[in-house]
Amino acid sequence: MSSQRTRRRKAEQLRTLLETQSESIQKNVDHLNQARYEAVNRFERFEELRSEARKIKENSIEELPSLLETLQDQVEANGGHVYLAKDAEDANRYITNVAASKDAETLVKSKSMTTEEIEVNDALEEIGVDVWETDLGEFVLQVAEEAPSHLVGPSLHKSRDEVATLFNRVFEPDEPFETAEELTEFARDYLGDQIREADIGMTGANFILAESGTITLVTNEGNARKSAVTPNTHIAVAGVEKVIPNADTLQPFVELISKTATGQDLPQYVSMLTPPVESPTIDFDEPDAPLGSGDAEREFHLVLIDNGRMEMRDDEQLKETLYCIRCGACANSCGNFQHVGGHAFGGETYTGGIATGWEAGIEDLQTAGEFNDLCTGCSRCVNACPVKIDIPWINTVVRDRLNRERAPSDFEFLVEGLTPDSEETVDLQKRFFGNFDTVATLGSATAPVSNWLANLGPVRALMDRAFGIAPERDLPEFKRETLADWFANRGSTVPEATAERTVVLYPDVYTNYVLTNRGKAAIHTLEALGVHVELATPIESGRAPLSQGMIQTATNLAEDVAADLRPHLDEGRDLVMIEPSDLAMVRREYDKLLDADAFERLSENSYDVMEYVYGLLANGADINELAEVNDSIAYHSHCQQRTMGVDAYTEAVFEEFGVDFVTSDVECCGMAGSFGYKSQYYELSMDLGSNLAEQFEGTDRTIVASGTSCTEQLSTLFRREVTHPIEVIAPSGP
Amino acid sequence: MSTSTVETFESSLKELNISMTRTEPANFEATIESLVSSPAVGVPLDSYEGLSLSNTSVETPPTPQLLKSSETGVTPVGKAIAEYGTLVLDSDSAGTEPVGLYPPHHVGIVRENDVLETVDSVGRHLESRFAAGKSSIFATGVSSTGDMGSLVEGVHGPKNVDVVLITDR
Repeated sequence: MSSQRTRRRKAEQLRTLLETQSESIQKNVDHLNQARYEAVNRFERFEELRSEARKIKENSIEELPSLLETLQDQVEANGGHVYLAKDAEDANRYITNVAASKDAETLVKSKSMTTEEIEVNDALEEIGVDVWETDLGEFVLQVAEEAPSHLVGPSLHKSRDEVATLFNRVFEPDEPFETAEELTEFARDYLGDQIREADIGMTGANFILAESGTITLVTNEGNARKSAVTPNTHIAVAGVEKVIPNADTLQPFVELISKTATGQDLPQYVSMLTPPVESPTIDFDEPDAPLGSGDAEREFHLVLIDNGRMEMRDDEQLKETLYCIRCGACANSCGNFQHVGGHAFGGETYTGGIATGWEAGIEDLQTAGEFNDLCTGCSRCVNACPVKIDIPWINTVVRDRLNRERAPSDFEFLVEGLTPDSEETVDLQKRFFGNFDTVATLGSATAPVSNWLANLGPVRALMDRAFGIAPERDLPEFKRETLADWFANRGSTVPEATAERTVVLYPDVYTNYVLTNRGKAAIHTLEALGVHVELATPIESGRAPLSQGMIQTATNLAEDVAADLRPHLDEGRDLVMIEPSDLAMVRREYDKLLDADAFERLSENSYDVMEYVYGLLANGADINELAEVNDSIAYHSHCQQRTMGVDAYTEAVFEEFGVDFVTSDVECCGMAGSFGYKSQYYELSMDLGSNLAEQFEGTDRTIVASGTSCTEQLSTLFRREVTHPIEVIAPSGP
Repeated sequence: MSTSTVETFESSLKELNISMTRTEPANFEATIESLVSSPAVGVPLDSYEGLSLSNTSVETPPTPQLLKSSETGVTPVGKAIAEYGTLVLDSDSAGTEPVGLYPPHHVGIVRENDVLETVDSVGRHLESRFAAGKSSIFATGVSSTGDMGSLVEGVHGPKNVDVVLITDR
């Protein structure tokens, strides 16, 4: 299939989901996300426990082979059975054998993603076992014959009305169901019968304690409790990565999991079962005999699934995925997920940002490649993850691997001069955006002709065909005089010898070639506060190629930037940056791209321009040297800026000025670098933008944004000029 | 255990819409009668010295029929966590787990000394139980679901929970 056709099909899939599921997903996911913020905010020990949980998972995966041995010995000593299945087929063979040996007719299940992964329901039904999902969300999907769209709320893409229509059609009640209460009551009674009659109960396991053979189940409905202890035979199915040492190491997870998953302080039920359990057997065929009085005995099987996990453990980049406790916080905090859900942002089984790691590990790269581009690297999931997985990085790594596997395109001749990331070929769309610095250099050198040319109809059509650049988008307008040109002609107005402080200002690609005014404003502001400014060489930070999964190109650029800045840092200059996504490169991603010393030096000496201004003012600089601000402001900070916690400085400076301002609280503007320019994602990007538009709807405030992408998106949404905060406070100057 | 731990427990329970009734052993039976709805099923309180359900309307030992038809299930509670209002139900051969799960109303009996401050502080209790091959459940609030479009309480587990606190004096 041609790239353009692939892009059109992707756009079509997303459009359908936006029309059919988006409303319900947004409502439910947004609720979970807000509840998470509240639960985390009222829990003082969140960061401490996250670090602890991370450490426990790191150690457990490191020690996995010996933990598995301990676990197997202990479960067997307790009287249970353990089977280590190498893949789905192997697991299903064992499980169906157990079912056959018990002459099982029915099996009840509590919610388990791992059993979805191995598709055990199909295997059981093939041998004639009726399987019932007892989690109400899973039950809805079983009736609807659909796949889960979320790790925790599998059916949250369906509204109450849709569930009612479905149940009324399938179960034909005397009185049609209408309310959530009626639907819940019906499902509970219906499944209650199934649970009482079931021959086998199947559960997953959220955590498994090796030293005692205890499995931990987290539920709100109580269905896992019932499924585990009502039938005499209990089969628990879990990935090998669920094993941790003991009760002591369980504690942080018990306190974290529901806070990040649903915003509850604790889950309703945490079952910690050491099977076969002591609870008496329950024989509903002998209704009046005391529990446990028959001669039935409890039987327990623990089926541990490898299915690619041991290979993930040996993969330095994907290994982190195994720390995942499947709370879904990465999905809930993700702008794109909030709008299209897991049927687009997910693979065969798993959904959300972390799904890329899971699907690449247990399925293959191509499966992950189907949805991997929906991660824009906005990093809003980074602080949400209870085990500190760098989810954007996993997505970048998988994108990089996919790039290396691609076949060349017919339009290859158009990108001569745009470096591929290695000998292998990279998708042209990714190469175009990944080499945006080259595009900008050429565009600026030939401006304004390049700007006129680029906007001609036939050129836009070719850009769409070759690179997938949405024709609806305004293209950036390159300035003939770059910030670097301007500064070279003008020079510094504050001599270094007498300056209070000296900084090196980093001219990112947009500031240098497109949004030069914000660069000038930064220089005017800093100089007015007595700072000597040097301008670094305009070298792209590597953000553009990194966002396209071109890690090698990004690394080369990062090294060039580091080499260019080194002499400035040696002179004791502070590094000041305007574009938040580039600051995030220096503070976060350079950790992966540069050696430790170079990374630490850059990250420790880097400042957001408003953060720096805040520091200057706090240390006695005179605010009266800056502009008088009379406008009221609507401010949208930037996703990566918020992850770094830097947005607070812009707000603090506004407060210093006594500015009347409001701040948006959407996770993402929807533009996310190149994402909103790509024709297959344009509509989704605008759909995300509509939430931001709603927040500022009808405002007569001056709209201000920190990031380039946000500026472009807001300019499109409001059809007016959007500036950087520094432009609001900058005095005029030469 | 300090008074403030119990106060924390009570206020955590209140946030979960669970009421706590304090009672001395002497008034235990009357307190139980005032809380349960008939038919009620219970677990014999062998481990609680001086307390018994035998002179109440609560039927023991539990049977499948009682699990299915009872309005109220009465069980002992191993430990409680004040910070979250959590009842630590210790599974046993008498049937604490199913009795605290099947009936729509659960009455948990907590001894004042068993109320601990945090999740951390029940760690030792859990460790020794697991080491002995035993199981426990943290139950916090009532069973609930959002899967049918809005929050509904009372799904596979209880819809209402009451706590009886046995005071020392």
